[in-house]
Amino acid sequence: MNKPRLCLIALLLTAGAAQAGEASPVLAHYAAAARQQDAGFSGFSSLRGAAFYRAEHLTPRGAASCSTCHGDDPRAAGKARTTGKLIEPLAPAVNPQRFTDLAKAEKWFGRNCRDVLQRECSTGEKGDFIAWLASLK
Amino acid sequence: MWKNFLRIAVLAVSVGTTGWLLADDHGNRTIQKSMPSLDNPLWRAECGSCHGAYHPGLLPERSWRALMGKLDDHFGENAALDAATQRTITDFLVAHAADRGESRRSAKITQSIANGETPTRISTLNWFVRKHHEVSPATWKRPAIGSAANCTACHPGAEKGDFSERAIRIPRA
Repeated sequence: MNKPRLCLIALLLTAGAAQAGEASPVLAHYAAAARQQDAGFSGFSSLRGAAFYRAEHLTPRGAASCSTCHGDDPRAAGKARTTGKLIEPLAPAVNPQRFTDLAKAEKWFGRNCRDVLQRECSTGEKGDFIAWLASLK
Repeated sequence: MWKNFLRIAVLAVSVGTTGWLLADDHGNRTIQKSMPSLDNPLWRAECGSCHGAYHPGLLPERSWRALMGKLDDHFGENAALDAATQRTITDFLVAHAADRGESRRSAKITQSIANGETPTRISTLNWFVRKHHEVSPATWKRPAIGSAANCTACHPGAEKGDFSERAIRIPRA
């Protein structure tokens, strides 16, 4: 096997490991929970996470998605819909504090899922969501 | 000589009583005009994440209890907290509520609320409306202001309880 191909494989492996959640203790927690819920759990999907982030839901205050307040690009600051207060970027690449505190993540999923989806989010949805945000460079 | 003394005495009494008559804090001279600068890390972090952390002296105890008792429907949004955090913040808000007599500004807020009422939106208080009657709808809508919820846009010291006239800076855009 030649050297460039080895490098490529190493790179892909690293990317895979990062997506599996080693970068974020919160993502690791959701991965463990997902495995417990389903023995056949095959990992979170950043593609599903991206779609979830933009999916619109009907709320009592009109259509809303995660991006309504967090913005089209999670690497930039968002803006709270009602108060206009700036929301720090969600992407860990620009805001390393994100998804390092499980209680904080659970608090916000708890609030925002009920506000936007009118229900709680599943472990899979939370994991996909973080996997996508963590994949943004 | 006696007449002169009488004149001076009348003058002295007049000067003295004028000050007393002009002062509006009879009986509570130790109470500050402005709300005290307070800090509580949980209040600042939790209340301040979606809007500015509103000073406890802006609402009476019954209003804070009503607000903190239904955080899962906080003006139409879910702002639920875990039980311990909710209790700590409620205790802090209640300890310095407007009806705790910590400032003359808070006393005016309390006086502007009818006995049977429990307002939860600060911008609907008679005191608030009276104090902001000169602010036009266009000014409220300036991008740097946005809405009446954004105290710090014009009152940079709002979270420290400073709403004094001389500290007001209204953004031009």
